[in-house]
Amino acid sequence: MTKKVHLKTRKMALQTHSTDKREKLLKKKKEKKKENNSTNTQYDSKKHTEGVFDDEALQLTQQLLSSNPDFATLWNYRREILMHLETVKEVDEVQKIYEAELLFLESCLKVNPKSYGSWHHRSWVSARLPRPDWARELSLCDRCLSLDDRNFHCWDYRRMVVKMFNVPVDQELKFTDRLIGSNFSNYSSWHYRSTLLPLLHTTASELPPMQAESPKSNRVCEEQLLKEYELVQNAFFTDPNDQSAWFYYRWLLGRAELEEMISCLHVSREEEQVAVVFSRPVNVQSGCLLLVLDGQPHAVEWKSIHPRFKHSPICNLPPGTISEISNEHNLTVHWTEKHSRKDCTLFTGHAESWCQDSATDQELFRSELSVEKNSVLQSELQSVQQLQELEPLNKWCLLTLILLMRALDPLSYEKEMLAHFQTLKEVDSMRSAYYSDLCSKFMIENTILKMEYAEVRVFSVSDKNLSTLCHLDQLVLVTHINLSCNQLLCLPPQFAMLRCLEVLEADNNSIGNLEGLYHLPKLEAVILKDNKIATLADLEPLTSCPRLKRLDLRGNPVTQLANVESELAKLLPSVLDLLL
Amino acid sequence: MCFYSKREYLIVIFDHISVVAAACSRVGQRVLHLDRRSYYAANWASFTFNGLLSWIQQQQVSETQDWCDLLEEGEELIQLSSQSSIRNLQVFTYTSKEDEVEEASADSVNTTEEEQHGPGETRCAVGSERLSQEVSRTHHSLQHMEIPAEGFCSLNISPIFQSQATITEGAEPEAEQPQSPAIPSQSEPSRKKISFAQLEKEGRRFNIDLVSKLMYSRGSLVELLIKSNVSRYAEFKKVSRILTYRNGEVEQVPCTRADVFASRQLSVVEKRKLMRFLTSCIEEKDDQSAYNGRPYLEFLRDQKLGENLQHFLLYSIAMVTEDTPTEVGLASTRNFLRCLGRYGNTPFLFPLYGLGEIPQCFCRMCAVFGGIYCLRHSLRCLLLDTATNRCKAVIDSRGQRISCSHVLLEENYVHERKNVATPPRFLSRAVLITDSSLHGSDSEQEVSMVTIPPITEGAPAVKMVELSSSTMTCMSGTYLVHLNCSSVSSAYQDLSPLITTMFSTPESHDQGRPSVLWCLYFNMEDGSAMEVEGHDLPSNVYVCSGPDGELGHEHAITQAELIFHKILPEEDFCPPAPNPEDILYDGGSAPSSGPEEEPSLQLEV
Repeated sequence: MTKKVHLKTRKMALQTHSTDKREKLLKKKKEKKKENNSTNTQYDSKKHTEGVFDDEALQLTQQLLSSNPDFATLWNYRREILMHLETVKEVDEVQKIYEAELLFLESCLKVNPKSYGSWHHRSWVSARLPRPDWARELSLCDRCLSLDDRNFHCWDYRRMVVKMFNVPVDQELKFTDRLIGSNFSNYSSWHYRSTLLPLLHTTASELPPMQAESPKSNRVCEEQLLKEYELVQNAFFTDPNDQSAWFYYRWLLGRAELEEMISCLHVSREEEQVAVVFSRPVNVQSGCLLLVLDGQPHAVEWKSIHPRFKHSPICNLPPGTISEISNEHNLTVHWTEKHSRKDCTLFTGHAESWCQDSATDQELFRSELSVEKNSVLQSELQSVQQLQELEPLNKWCLLTLILLMRALDPLSYEKEMLAHFQTLKEVDSMRSAYYSDLCSKFMIENTILKMEYAEVRVFSVSDKNLSTLCHLDQLVLVTHINLSCNQLLCLPPQFAMLRCLEVLEADNNSIGNLEGLYHLPKLEAVILKDNKIATLADLEPLTSCPRLKRLDLRGNPVTQLANVESELAKLLPSVLDLLL
Repeated sequence: MCFYSKREYLIVIFDHISVVAAACSRVGQRVLHLDRRSYYAANWASFTFNGLLSWIQQQQVSETQDWCDLLEEGEELIQLSSQSSIRNLQVFTYTSKEDEVEEASADSVNTTEEEQHGPGETRCAVGSERLSQEVSRTHHSLQHMEIPAEGFCSLNISPIFQSQATITEGAEPEAEQPQSPAIPSQSEPSRKKISFAQLEKEGRRFNIDLVSKLMYSRGSLVELLIKSNVSRYAEFKKVSRILTYRNGEVEQVPCTRADVFASRQLSVVEKRKLMRFLTSCIEEKDDQSAYNGRPYLEFLRDQKLGENLQHFLLYSIAMVTEDTPTEVGLASTRNFLRCLGRYGNTPFLFPLYGLGEIPQCFCRMCAVFGGIYCLRHSLRCLLLDTATNRCKAVIDSRGQRISCSHVLLEENYVHERKNVATPPRFLSRAVLITDSSLHGSDSEQEVSMVTIPPITEGAPAVKMVELSSSTMTCMSGTYLVHLNCSSVSSAYQDLSPLITTMFSTPESHDQGRPSVLWCLYFNMEDGSAMEVEGHDLPSNVYVCSGPDGELGHEHAITQAELIFHKILPEEDFCPPAPNPEDILYDGGSAPSSGPEEEPSLQLEV
């Protein structure tokens, strides 16, 4: 017998809906829905205002929210209904209602997995559920994150679940292992890891309690750190263009937080003035700073050094308090908030006195990556150098290399650093200004270090392509500054920190703004040859410098103005030596 | 008597050429598809374990008869031989033939009534077994037909599909498990030996393919399945990893970013070099063309990649040999990379229930559009019109004359008509049932592609596919391993040295490796070696070659499209079939009134 096999199950007439027809049907359906919705919305708001909290209202809101889960008012209404039901129903019933609510929310999340309303409502419901099933919630998060590993709503919700469920930290760490394994270009997972690691592998317990209180106690133990270095190196060697791994790497290498304290105190006998500098930019209420002079607290008024720069206050002592040159005075400034103080003695015959923390001792400029030990930094430097040989034009690699070199030894790597910055500006020209500013910062840091080693009060960074000025708070004691032949555009308000400055050389820049030359008590000479000073108003700040005698404005547009000489004489009567 | 003999057919297709059949039927041609076998798809078929055992027994019976009395005036005969393309069959059973009595009784508690054929019973009733399987297959596939296709360009790949589905169902991490009741004794870590009787009893869990291939996720087969909507008749599983055999060890080949990142065998510098090579490979460069004609290995060496990476890139990613020219190696590497990431972390897909599903899907498509299928029905000869040198009709095994306007044949029916007698090339195949995976991992359900470079000088490079029970091709607790290479000598001689080193067989005595429970060797004619052109045949008779030795399906699909355009130069090749929801079933009006009725097909697109 021949077996005849018909794969066709039955005779049928195949007919396709024409596309027109189908669209029409769909449209009709949609319209009907819309109609329904608008009537429902009206009905709902009516119910809401009337304060109806019944099952029917729950049904109606469910219908509406399932098509549009981003309707915040309805979620609120729903919460009111649920809270009302909680008061009238048994616990078991409430449990059932909330469980149904969770199921309904899952369908909403499918409509829009990034709906603020749905996620918020879910955490609200989970928190109110009489017998919450956190394991289920956690697996929901797993699922959602496997579909979209950057859904921050879900990450937030997960953190909440983890907290409520007391999920062990190592379990969460394994979870990040898994996510990073499947896609390491996901900063959410790396970041989560960076919050978990310090909880699990902290070195705090090994340290004596005193040190444990310091900000460095949040460090991860070395064994774990080495594993992390390996992991993150795998990531950036696999794809050096992915920034997630690089950011995590920088976090690993650590960023020391400078303790907030008074880093410098300067007393000038002549001006009868006390200047205070903090280690970090802080806004200090004047009531928190207490000046003690020769054992006597003095009520003084602290004012900011510049109207637009509030971080380092100065105060004027009552006239005659310290002006007698033959007297010796002991000054102490207490910062009551942080229990920080600075002492300073103004000896007989001295016109000024100061007490400053050394930049080298405090490792001020290594703060970017300073926490790690030298040996670790050295080996990391080697592996990043290895990558740089393979990928000479990778910007993340170059930047990390620069940071590592600075953490290790800022002065001896200066030449290499400048070369790398040059490459960076070429390969990432969109950010060349950022690199210029960063390079300026590092060059200034290096110059400060050199100045400190030489124990001089002269600060000279000429011809270094500076595009910005920073760390000016470290220059309080500088008497002579040379900024010539750079690309500076202005002297910022922080420049007013240079309390001892006598000579400013800033020729061959593009300076058009002098707002930082504000109330500099000792400033005598200002060389601004070949800059961009265009108007007399630009020179206005100079009027606040009482001792200014010499001003070089050659090669500035302002010299082209009519009557400039007489106008200047009017504006700056103290200037005797004016070069135009 | 038989209704099909009275009609004139546009196309008579003989044996497995299902893609052409589907394509012709889809554009409205009347297709009759005869197959001398009792199963679909000829050498592309899949068998249950018991089905395969009877296939092994049945290999080869042929007879010739004289059919001249059916000739009409001005006609001539071409005899169709049916030379088998399978040679050197060898079967080895390394597991105890008899089941332990207690265990058998314990197991039978867990098996369902349906599965309680004793081994002997199954043997005797091969025919009915086959039939019932056919029915269940049809049933299974029809279920899929009713699932509305999700979209024009999406294949249903089960893991994705399931992960979405399970959100609604809540926490059920083991949803991927097939519905098969796992026999407790097998899920124990101690790995109890599985007996031959158990294999036979669970034989229906196996779907053993005669060919060993994978689907490139951007290959022409996948594109065709998507384009024609035939994909809705099947489900697919991602090949989850690529392994290679090197220095006596099985290693995982890192081929995606995530793999490279997670790889423990590569140093960070190697990782960078590999990633850089793969990214640079995608663009064509001048320095690459300088290597044209020179071996790919030389090119790789000059990239300073190191031993590890050269091995991975040459054997596992490009899947070529040491003397392959650079341009071929690079093209092959690019093809691999292009297919990565479309559906998963490897470039390959595998159809659930085996590769035999694919031709059946096309058969289904053909039947839906009116094609008629007759199994166990041979063709004996072709009738030629001597005047026009065209084939007017064919004569079937029961001596009936079937008129037709085109005939499509498998190549080995017309061996003698070849102009040039090129000796046929062969593929060496082995099929193993093993008890564990070659390379352990967290998951028991890996689907692995294993590339094995020549183990000795002059030996062929072997491509191996290891399927877990999640592909629905073997019983749980076992793995189905396909080996494939071009023949140097017989399949046994080509492949058994490799099998004894990689697996534990009674000959190898090496514990700790997966042990082989059952093993089949055979040689199959290599379809790519056969000339489709160059036959002394009438102009309306077309010849189609059998399966080739490549991993992908490019050869078969290209050939099918070529033949289709020869038959119907004006028509579109496999245009999308309408979605089930767009089809209006004319329910009552068309009962099975008679054989003469036209298959009614109205498409008002």
